[in-house]
Amino acid sequence: MRQEEQNGGCFQKIANIARLAAQHDDLQRCCTFIIMTSTLDDSEKEKARSVSVDLNNDASLLIDIPDALCERDKVKFTVHTKTTLSSFQKPDFSVPRQHEDFIWLHDALVETEDYAGLIIPPAPPKPDFESPREKMHKLGEGEATMTKEEYTKMKQELEAEYLAVFKKTVQVHEVFLQRLSSHPILSKDRNFQIFLEYDQDLSVRRKNAKETFGSFFKNMVKSADEVIISGIKEVDDFFEQEKTFLLDYSSKIKDSTARAEKMTRSHKNVADDYIHISATLNSLSVDDNTALKKHLEKFADLFEKLRKVEGRVASDEELKLTELFRYYMLDIQAAKDLLYRRARALADYENSNKALDKARLKSKDITQAEEHQQQCLQKFDKLSESGKRELTSFKGRRVVAFRKNLIEMSELEIKHAKNNMALLQGCIELLKSN
Amino acid sequence: MAAEMEPPPLGDAGQTDFREIEDGEGFFVSTVTILESPEPSSPDPPSMPAEGISTNGPKQEDISLDDDPEDLFAEATEEVSLDSPEREPILSDGPSPAITPVTPTAMLTPRMGLGTAEMFERSLDELEEDESGDTFDMHIAVSDPEKVGDGMNAYMGYKVTTKTSMTIFSKNETTVRRRFSDFLGLHSKLASRYLHIGYIVPPAPEKSIVGMTKVKVGKEDLSSAEFVEKRRSALERYLMRTVKHPILLKDPDVMMFLESSELPRAVSTQALSGAGILRMVNKAADAVNKMTIKMNESDAWFEEKHQQFENLDLQLRKLHASVECLVCHRKELSVNTASFAKSAAMLGNSEDHTALSRALSQLAEVEEKIDQLHQDQAYADFYLFSELLGDYVRLITAVKGVFDHRMKTWSKWQDTQLLLQKKREAESKLQFANKPDKLQQAQDEIKEEIEELEGKVQQGEKDFELISKTIRKEVSRFEKERVKDFKVVIIKYLESLVQTQQQLIKYWEAFLPEAKAIA
Repeated sequence: MRQEEQNGGCFQKIANIARLAAQHDDLQRCCTFIIMTSTLDDSEKEKARSVSVDLNNDASLLIDIPDALCERDKVKFTVHTKTTLSSFQKPDFSVPRQHEDFIWLHDALVETEDYAGLIIPPAPPKPDFESPREKMHKLGEGEATMTKEEYTKMKQELEAEYLAVFKKTVQVHEVFLQRLSSHPILSKDRNFQIFLEYDQDLSVRRKNAKETFGSFFKNMVKSADEVIISGIKEVDDFFEQEKTFLLDYSSKIKDSTARAEKMTRSHKNVADDYIHISATLNSLSVDDNTALKKHLEKFADLFEKLRKVEGRVASDEELKLTELFRYYMLDIQAAKDLLYRRARALADYENSNKALDKARLKSKDITQAEEHQQQCLQKFDKLSESGKRELTSFKGRRVVAFRKNLIEMSELEIKHAKNNMALLQGCIELLKSN
Repeated sequence: MAAEMEPPPLGDAGQTDFREIEDGEGFFVSTVTILESPEPSSPDPPSMPAEGISTNGPKQEDISLDDDPEDLFAEATEEVSLDSPEREPILSDGPSPAITPVTPTAMLTPRMGLGTAEMFERSLDELEEDESGDTFDMHIAVSDPEKVGDGMNAYMGYKVTTKTSMTIFSKNETTVRRRFSDFLGLHSKLASRYLHIGYIVPPAPEKSIVGMTKVKVGKEDLSSAEFVEKRRSALERYLMRTVKHPILLKDPDVMMFLESSELPRAVSTQALSGAGILRMVNKAADAVNKMTIKMNESDAWFEEKHQQFENLDLQLRKLHASVECLVCHRKELSVNTASFAKSAAMLGNSEDHTALSRALSQLAEVEEKIDQLHQDQAYADFYLFSELLGDYVRLITAVKGVFDHRMKTWSKWQDTQLLLQKKREAESKLQFANKPDKLQQAQDEIKEEIEELEGKVQQGEKDFELISKTIRKEVSRFEKERVKDFKVVIIKYLESLVQTQQQLIKYWEAFLPEAKAIA
């Protein structure tokens, strides 16, 4: 309780600093926000993390991102680890990390052969402040056409938006790490440990230009893989079904994510319009000296309150719907990657069979070919076994997450609509009685 | 707007109009065109006794025109038959039917005697008082838009239904068919009759070349349907506002518009007609004049009100723009929600977990219903809120116009005064003229002119006082109407918002158990 209070006060102070910083000259340049995500109380945190569930429950390795710094384009996360495992040097420590470090870790895991049979949690998307930044820019340009109040309100809205984007990016980075720490195999990864522990700058280990180029090729190869796996004759029903399902679902969920995003953005626009309307109604009311004055005043006030609710509707929809879809879009891509790897292993096995046959024909290098064939078979079996496990648990996870988010979204929609109604009916009564 | 009192000196315009200019009296120019008889000296007060007005209505045949040999209206009825559109390019559209003698408009002649202004005032006052005896109970509906004709000559016909219990109307319920230019024609007549004496005449809905062309071309899509509905609604509001005005209600053209089955075609409302072009030229001339008139405002009330309306104009325009933005965004929201709904449905189909699949399909259905909600709300945003603001922005332009007319009236009065002064100076100078035989003649002439001018100066002052008084009354009535209008619309709009929220609650509450059912 005391911690929360402290955090709450801290948050306020910090939000003030952020606001002050924002007021300084150049609105276009991102300013320094210091945000304490730990200020959210536990229930909120649970809700915030509900894109993926059952995370961070194992006390032997607890990870969180208690704060982050935003400087210009770069976000610096503070990754905090609390562990009882002896493999770590200290029981409680923190390191600063950038987004690129997360990408490095993800790619390192993907490239690890041993994990070929696992669904590697998708890399967190790059922090994207483009939208609020653009809006800030436009606001700065349109400053002359607005009253001071209107301008202040719009700026507050934008600051809130910055904050929301910020919180979102912290959250997705946190979830990524927590999925790793909750995974029985991945949590033991050496690179993961380095990521958590290494107190120097990781950039020396990160991709250099050559490697980045290499990964570009890898992506090209992957799309070729898609052709491969569609072409391969599948022996196992389970995988056949999964393949069909994932290929189809993947494109559908991508589409849904894009449209959900458009929808929530429109909603935000409506909420913003309410700000302008409220401000002008206010000016009208001030100038008015007829019986309309009180009406306009109350009407203006109502719109101000309504826009806050609408804004929350938009952001809740975004979190529960758009972000949910986006996360699973990425996760499904990771599942597809698993299928590709398995398909390649199958192709390898089939090739090794052919090679063995050829060797037997030629009576040359038979043992080598036999060994190779055995290896391929083993690899393929291992992938199939682990893949089945992973895909099954993935489906379970997905269904649970969808359920949770859809329920929460509906509950929030109802709550906000009831709120709106109360405000509206209150105002109507006031106006009618006047 | 129809031409004001001083049409530019075009050679081919009817003589009548120029008599107007000379006289410097511009009341009811349209009437004047009817009273075309070139009689510069008929200063008689109209034969219309004041009581004639109190029983308004087309059934006023009993007022005999023959009573007074100097009754100008005798000529009026004759003149009507000679009327043709070319002779009055500026004003009324084509040969308008005889203005029945009962209207106050008909009372005024180009040569007003001193008493006429008072009579007019009194008669209009009585009109207004009479209104209180017959409480305003009228409902006009514009409905059933139907396309008539084909191609570029096609037009939209609207049904105008008037339901009333007021005695001035011959029937309790009348239905007529009118087209858009009829409305414009009506407005043009009213404007030319009443604006320059200080009455706030509600402006007619705006023309739209793009909108109408679509309709004419026969494009049967959503945007042309929306356009027609927007216009229909605007026409309805226009008529209601017009009849709510106690003076305008009793104007015979209004009654005719509402009641008579056939209406002469209002050609002069076309933009490219001779009248249209003249209108444009007049507007330009007015704008220039406005800039050059510097009025010594002795009445603080006018100064204050003028400023107030300027402010109101600015704010309303701003608000209108914001609300239009809101309408646009809400429409977008509706479209995007619909698109998301489709996508969610497809996702649900693709989903292999049965319960989740069903939930996603339900989600798609909910979102589809919600998109309809957003569309309906956008409709309410527009027709309740945005159109009200648009109407008032246009109304305030009319109010400002009326203030401008007052300025012009003042200016005219001042000019006449200056002219009088000059003549007086000329008179005194005459004393020192050389030719004694011609002196008497010249002196007599000048005396006559001076007398005339004195009369005009007095008239000018009276006109100015009258228009000032009228404007005060009009502004007060306007403000009352504005307050009423806004109060009503605000509540209606809020109720529309409430309805949307209620539906949202219903839909999400129906969905929630579906989401919970995912196992």
